Amino acid sequence: MHEMSLCEGIRQVIDEAAVAQGFKAVKTVRLEIGRFAGVEKPALEFAWDVVMRGGVAQGAALVMIDLPGRAMCTDCMKEVEIAERLDPCPDCGGGRLLPMGGDEMKIKDLEVV
Amino acid sequence: MCTVCGCGDAKVEGHSHDHSHEHGHAHGQHHHHHHGDDLHFGHGPAGVEVPGMSQERLVEIETGILAKNDRYAAANRTRLAGLGTFAINLVSSPGSGKTTLLCMTIEALGDAPLAVIEGDQQTANDADRIRATGAQAIQVNTGKGCHLDGHMVGHAMEHLELARNGYLFIENVGNLVCPAGFDLGEDCKVAILSVTEGEDKPLKYPDMFTAARLALLNKVDLAPHCDLDLDLYEENLRRVNPAIEVIRVSARTGEGMENWLNWLQGALARKACRAAAE
Repeated sequence: MHEMSLCEGIRQVIDEAAVAQGFKAVKTVRLEIGRFAGVEKPALEFAWDVVMRGGVAQGAALVMIDLPGRAMCTDCMKEVEIAERLDPCPDCGGGRLLPMGGDEMKIKDLEVV
Repeated sequence: MCTVCGCGDAKVEGHSHDHSHEHGHAHGQHHHHHHGDDLHFGHGPAGVEVPGMSQERLVEIETGILAKNDRYAAANRTRLAGLGTFAINLVSSPGSGKTTLLCMTIEALGDAPLAVIEGDQQTANDADRIRATGAQAIQVNTGKGCHLDGHMVGHAMEHLELARNGYLFIENVGNLVCPAGFDLGEDCKVAILSVTEGEDKPLKYPDMFTAARLALLNKVDLAPHCDLDLDLYEENLRRVNPAIEVIRVSARTGEGMENWLNWLQGALARKACRAAAE
């Protein structure tokens, strides 16, 4: 959706952490990205180098960990994992699923030096 | 866009030159660029140096990428709760009729206290249209930005007189993608969908319709001329969000406007009841 803004958000968090935790450079940044977070991974990678330039995370490797999409099926009332937002319930085949997770966009940890 | 506070190239109309921003930025550089009566949201890198290496270690962060926006949004929400103002984030594609519908809504609400924040990339046209109804409005130009964020809305709120038991309508940038992800501190998102956009619009942009509490199916007066199936619109909306409420309206003819006004008044009354109970 707005991968440049997301990278800027990541940079802010890293910059704040750098001050709070006293590190000078970041080697690896690990993100957790839900399947339904609306994040276009190639676009995020594209924006990454540009946004991190001149900061503590310049040149840092970006690792994205995928989290599954989860939804509550309002027909069988079970929480299920789905691959696409409009997939039917894998258990009962119902089509009315309420997204319950998979919209995560989180910075998990940093490998710093 | 500002790489420090992520607030983009936005500007708030009517923001004075000597205004000082007290919003907890840790960095020293004042980065909001003023132009005429408008406020631009700034430019300016963090300017962090990269000195020599030391021992490697793992730092747990466990923070949402949009944590900063969420903090601004939470501050807005607290302020709105204190004021007893019900805030609606109006989201849609460009050209769905948001501003016309909003003008009609303002007229129909009569004396009810309300204020409007208008978000667009450029021009103050929409805020001018709102002010022509007699309502107070402030334009936020996002510059290159594709959505309003919590920071911009917080500043815009400073320029409005928000009344107890009043409404704050925030007309987001016409865009069905990014505004879904950025909390502004609103009570709810209301998606406006004009009938000429195609019945499969909710399926094409599910995030926005999942995030919305209510969908206003606008321009229903055009339906007979356009070979479209209003029931299919509703079916597709409920497919992406089984809990969504739907009201069919026409800002032009006034059809359905009473249902929309009842919805607004009910939502405001519920917020007031909750506030009184706390």
